[in-house]
Parts: sequence; C-alpha cells; structure tokens
Amino acid sequence: MDVLTENFSLYGKGFLGTVELTVYASALALVLGFLMASFRVAPVGSFRVLGTVWVTVLRNTPLTLLFFAVLLGLPRFGLVLPFQLFAVIALGCYTSAFICEVLRSGINTVPKGQGEAARSLGMNFGQTLSTVVLPQAFRSVIPPVGSTLIALAKNSAIAGAFSVTELLGTYKTLNELGYSIIWSFIWIAVGYLIITLTISAVFNVMEKRWGVAR
Amino acid sequence: MLRTRNTRTGRAAALVAGLLLAALVAGCGKDGSPPVKGPKAEALPVYQVDTGFELPDSRTWTKAKRRGHLIVGAKEDQPYLGEKDPASGIYSGFDIEIARMMAASLGFEPDTIRFRTIASANRETALQSGQIDYYVGTYTINDMRKKLVGFAGPYYMAGQGLLVRTDEDDINGPQDLAGKTVCSAAGSTPYQRIAADYPKATLVAYDTYSICVDNLLTYQVDAVTTDDAILLGFAAKAPDEMKVVGKPFSQEPYGIGVPRSDNALRNALNDALEANEKNGNWKKAYDATLGLSGAPAPTPPPIDRYPAT
Amino acid sequence: MTKTLTRKASRASMPEATALYDIPGPVTRKRHLMYGIASTIVIVALFGWIVYLLFDTDQFTAQKWMPFEYKGIQELLLRGLGNTLKAFVYAAVLSLALGAVLAVGRLSEHRVLRWISTLLVEFFRAMPVLVMIFFIFVALKVQPLPALVAGLTLYNGSVLAEVFRTGINSVDRGQREAAYALGMRKTQVTTFVLAPQAVRAMLPTIISQLVVALKDTSLGYLITYEEFLHAGKLIASNLDYDLPFIPVVMVISPIYIGMCMLLSWFATWVAKRQRRNLKTRAVGVAPAEPGTLLPGGQ
Repeated sequence: MDVLTENFSLYGKGFLGTVELTVYASALALVLGFLMASFRVAPVGSFRVLGTVWVTVLRNTPLTLLFFAVLLGLPRFGLVLPFQLFAVIALGCYTSAFICEVLRSGINTVPKGQGEAARSLGMNFGQTLSTVVLPQAFRSVIPPVGSTLIALAKNSAIAGAFSVTELLGTYKTLNELGYSIIWSFIWIAVGYLIITLTISAVFNVMEKRWGVAR
Repeated sequence: MLRTRNTRTGRAAALVAGLLLAALVAGCGKDGSPPVKGPKAEALPVYQVDTGFELPDSRTWTKAKRRGHLIVGAKEDQPYLGEKDPASGIYSGFDIEIARMMAASLGFEPDTIRFRTIASANRETALQSGQIDYYVGTYTINDMRKKLVGFAGPYYMAGQGLLVRTDEDDINGPQDLAGKTVCSAAGSTPYQRIAADYPKATLVAYDTYSICVDNLLTYQVDAVTTDDAILLGFAAKAPDEMKVVGKPFSQEPYGIGVPRSDNALRNALNDALEANEKNGNWKKAYDATLGLSGAPAPTPPPIDRYPAT
Repeated sequence: MTKTLTRKASRASMPEATALYDIPGPVTRKRHLMYGIASTIVIVALFGWIVYLLFDTDQFTAQKWMPFEYKGIQELLLRGLGNTLKAFVYAAVLSLALGAVLAVGRLSEHRVLRWISTLLVEFFRAMPVLVMIFFIFVALKVQPLPALVAGLTLYNGSVLAEVFRTGINSVDRGQREAAYALGMRKTQVTTFVLAPQAVRAMLPTIISQLVVALKDTSLGYLITYEEFLHAGKLIASNLDYDLPFIPVVMVISPIYIGMCMLLSWFATWVAKRQRRNLKTRAVGVAPAEPGTLLPGGQ
C-alpha cells in the first residue's frame, strides 16, 4: 500500500503515459484500419493488393520487431521524432491491420440484398455505403473492435522497454528506490485493469445502445 | 478468392525466408571477426593466478570452485570498457580486465570465466538469485543499492562528462552547453541531470550511446554526455576525432557487485583490488583499454571497506 | 514491380457483386482500370522513393553489410533463431497442456474448481503478457528463458482454455445426448465423443493462437533472453560496423515474418481442408479473442 501512496505521482505519470499511448494509437489504428479496409473492399485491384499486403505483413510481424524497426531504424533515415510519437506510430500501424480485418468482416456480414435494394431505390455508391452498409456494419463490429483496442492497451507495455514513459516502466524506478517489487507490480496490474475495464465498459455501453440483437 | 492470394504471398514469403536461412546455414562465410575500428593494445596484462587461494566462508566462492569456473556479469555494448565481439563472443575492456584480475586473485584461471551480459535493470536480480558470482560493469555504488547488493571497491572514480569532436573549442564543461545539442540515453540519470541543471541545452535521447556517438561524428549533435569512463571508451574508438572535455560534474564510484550477504567475498575482492593497484596491474589494465583514448591513468580511488550489516 | 502488381490485381478482380457495388459494366471497368494504373504508379513511386532513401542514407554500403559475410556473425544469428524456436516450442507445448487443464476445470461440475479456473483464465487474459513476463523475471527472479516461457504459457494457455471450452460446448447437442443415452459417463463422453470432434474443428484456431505465441517470443529480447532480435541488436548497435540497424532489420524481418506467415498459412490450409470434411460438420468454433473482461461483454 505504501508503494502506491508514496509514489502516487510516479504511478500517475506512468498511468497517464499508458492512457495517452492507448488513445493516440487507437485513433491512428482506427483511421488507418478504416483506410485499409476500404482499400481491401475497393473495386480497384491495386488498392486491394496494397491493403492485403499491409494486413498480411503487419499481422505476422512481432510487435517487438516493429518497435525495434521504427524506434531504432527510422532515425537512421534522419527521421528523429520523440520516442512517444514513434511508439504511437508503431502501435497504431500494428493494430490497424487487426482493425482492418474486423471492419472488413463487418462489411461482409451485410447481406448482398441490402445493397441491391438500396441501388434499386436509385441510391449511388456513396449513399449506399454511408446510409445502408456502414450503419449495419458498425453495429456488428463494436465488440471485436473493443477487444482489439483492449489488446492495444495491453501491447502498449512494450513501449516502456523502449524508454517511453508508461505504466510498466515505473517498476524500474521503484526497484531502484528499494520498494517491494511484488507490491509495485500489483499496483501496475491494477492500473492496467483499470484501463482495460474502462475500454470494455465503454464498448459494452455502445454495444447495448447500437449493437445488433442476437 | 482472397484466401488463395494470402496463401500465395505466404508461400512466397516462406520461400524467401527459407532461401535466406539456407544461405545462412550453407555457411559460405568467412572465418574470424569483421574488422574493428580503433587502436588495439599490444598485449593485455597477464595476471598471476593465486592457485592456493581458499575462501571457505564465501558461499559464492565455494560454489564456483565446485563448478570449476566463475560466472561474471558484464555489459556488452561499451567499447574498451565492457564489450562483446558479436562474431567471436569474446568480451574485452577495462571492466573485463578488472573481472579477470579478480578471478586470478580468487584462484581461478582468468580465461575460464564465463561472462554473461546483464542489463542495468537486472543487475540486483542477477546477484540476488545467484545467476552470477559477481558483476563488473559501470556499477555505481550508492546507499540505495547497498540495501540490495554488496559492493567491493570502488575500483574507478567516474563522473558525468562530455564527449565532443576534437575540432570543438567552445565546449569545455556543462556551463557551455546553452544552445548546443546534447545526446544521452533516454531516461538515464545523466540525461535528467542536464535537463534539470542546464535547461538551455537542447537534449536528444536515444536508446543506445553508440547512436549518440555516431550522431556526434556526423555533426547532428554537439556533445554526448554520460559517465566519463563510457565516453573515454568511445573516444578510444577514434582518438583523432573525439575527446572527453572538462571536469567530471558528478561522482560515480564504480564498484564490483557481489551478493549482499557474502561479506567474505567482498573483503577478499577488496584485498585483491588493493594488491593489484599496488603491484601495477591496475595501471597496466587501464593503459591497455581506456588509456588508448589518450587520457592518462588516474590514481585509483580509496577502497570503501564499509562494515557488514 | 509494375508487372507483378497489375498481374496480381487482375487475378484478384472480383467477378461477383457485393453489398457495395454491382458487377461493373464496360465504362466502369475502364474507369477502374484507369484508377488501378494511376494508383499502381503512385505505389511504385512510393516504393521507389523508399529505395532511393535507403541508398541516399548509405544503407547499402559494403561496410554495413560486411558483417553478415562472417561465419561468427551468421552463427550468432542462427543461435538466436534457435533460441527463439526453443522458447516457442516450450511455450506451445506447455500452453496446450495448461489450456486443456483450465478448460477441464471450467467445464467441471465442482463449483470451486470451476470458479478458480474461471478466475485464472480471466485474470491472465486481462493482464498484458509483458507485465507477467517482467513480474516473473524481476519479482520472482527467474532466469530469462523460463520467465519468457512461463509468461507466454500463462497467457496463451488461458486463451486456449477458452478455445477448448467453446469448442467442446459447440459440439452438436445430439452427439452428447446420444453418448449419454448409450450409458457413457461424463469423462467418457468428453474424451471419446466431444474432445475428438472439438479438437479437429478447433485446429485452425489453435494454430492461429500459436502464431501469437511465436510472435510474442520476441518479448524475450526485452528481458535479455538471447533470442533472434537480441542477436540483431548486438550487431546493429556496433560502431565498428557503422551501426547497420536497417540492414539488420532487412535481414531479420523477412525471416521472422516468413516463419509467422508459414504458420498462419498452415492454419488457413487446415481450415480449408476442414470445410470439406464431413467429420467436423457438428462443430463451429469462433476465432480466439484477445480477451473479454466484463461478463456478457461478448
């Protein structure tokens, strides 16, 4: 207990670091994932190839390797950014591949007849997509997107080992200060539980409000 | 449809990986190690093995004796201090020489030491769990760590310093850093000290010091800061291009980490250090490693024989 | 490059209508072809720019690639790869075992046993695997390899337990009822009737989870386990070789990604074969999820 009260600001900083990483990387992952998903269902072949390559490569890349390549490799190109930004890029790109697959299978769950009906009513591609297909797809992807973002929050722990301020990294300082390691880890675990439970709760509410009744 | 394409890319990637592996396994490689930059000592000092040495009070020593060799923790990425040759796996540097010197005094043949790389964050753990017998690798003695491990020495008095290019005349100490770009390891104590005490300097952080040094040589940063011993080691890589300037602005006494309860080993190492400093081995070890940077050997710091608790 | 891209594109063109658009007519097809060519040019230009950057920042100098010619360096990399595979094999076998045990616990009729297994499964799925590995490594002072394997086993074992459980539960109800009607006991029903059918159907999902385990062995790098990435870092951060970070990434990532793809591809192959197989008709298993937290979350 002392570990938490005496080092509250340290824990707070680490906690905020993880929250920031999670929020920014989620935003990047959702945007990139949406872009790649639209590439993958596009009628133009080369877009589909790009989307498929992006997804296949990133899904099969160990995240640690991606961090290594981004944080240590990109500066070799003369691209020097703050570590936190690099971490957001690595996490966001990695997760975007999973988001893309979730969105794509969401779009695929919309029955063909829906699109055909919309088109027979005279709707054009944009209208079909925005008023018929996407609203239905959105409902069915809420739970899987939620669990992908939970996975992202958990994966953000890797950033701590690459000198980014975040929750797991606080154990190093506490260990140097001579606090009980077991207790420092228990509070770190609680911190992660708070973050993942919050995401889970948010998505539960969304699911209740908009989800498809199954 | 999509699946078949996935499979094809998968197969192609597997083929490429397989070919690369095959190329590696085929072992069409050259023997030996890739060429190394920087000067090389003509001969490393030879330490007299104290064959009759006995230390039955030390659990670490008796365990090592039964095992037949010592296991020593070290760093692997600090040139002329604690460095591992990637190709041969051989460790070299000043810290390594200290470890070998100590092994000889404990009655072990220095060449039989098994070195093991231990990251800074895991040093205490490695000593407490007995993964290593002792640790020599830029390990600063302080009271907080004394609660977790024991320290023999100090064997070297380091301090935070500045590494600059030889053509740099403006920087002679931390007070000259205003408006200059300084590089250090992210989150390290030297980094935090510059950030707090010299806010006018622009700080750049990397994961490893070797990247900082590379940036220094390519004029992307003006100085690299950390313990001067580490900087001297890098300076020795290219003594014509880099120098360590100014007075150290902190005190980092480097000690040999031992398990906390093993006072017998700590005392034996203290005796061994004192003897080797007297008979000139310490200076020989320095001259063959860090001394190649051009900095003359300092007088070793007095040994801190703190009482057992 | 252009050739392969367009060839692939034409092979992949979708002949059937989806919810999004009808089968394109001749005008649209022509327009799509134009888009395709334009975007291919952009993609190729982007790729060319990256290659140019690689040359421009001297990533292909002899000095940066020379280390790979030496036997010692190749052996270092191979040793690292061997250590990666070793950790993977241990973690895979142990997670399968742990998964089976926890699944049996969750399906048990003893309430206490069921609660304990549920608690364990939910906890280990909710914790970042790296936190577990660091906890075992730092707090319990375990050596790198066992710490890595233990962390991976706890996480993947818990996920697999859920896979096993849903697999067994999703075997057609008639199968279980018929077996009970024949007078078999619960253990017999599970081992001789449910498990064989479930495992066959779950195989693709199990293999996909093993891909996750293979990818996560790279976390060993962070606790100084001397695996593949660690070997790469040792070469890359060496000033003597002119810091070949990018060459190292270019050598290491195809091997890593190739290994994972091979395993993923195996999973899809098994899945495809099973869709044609009558024996697995009775079971349908959803892919493994990284973990849900609230009851009724999914």
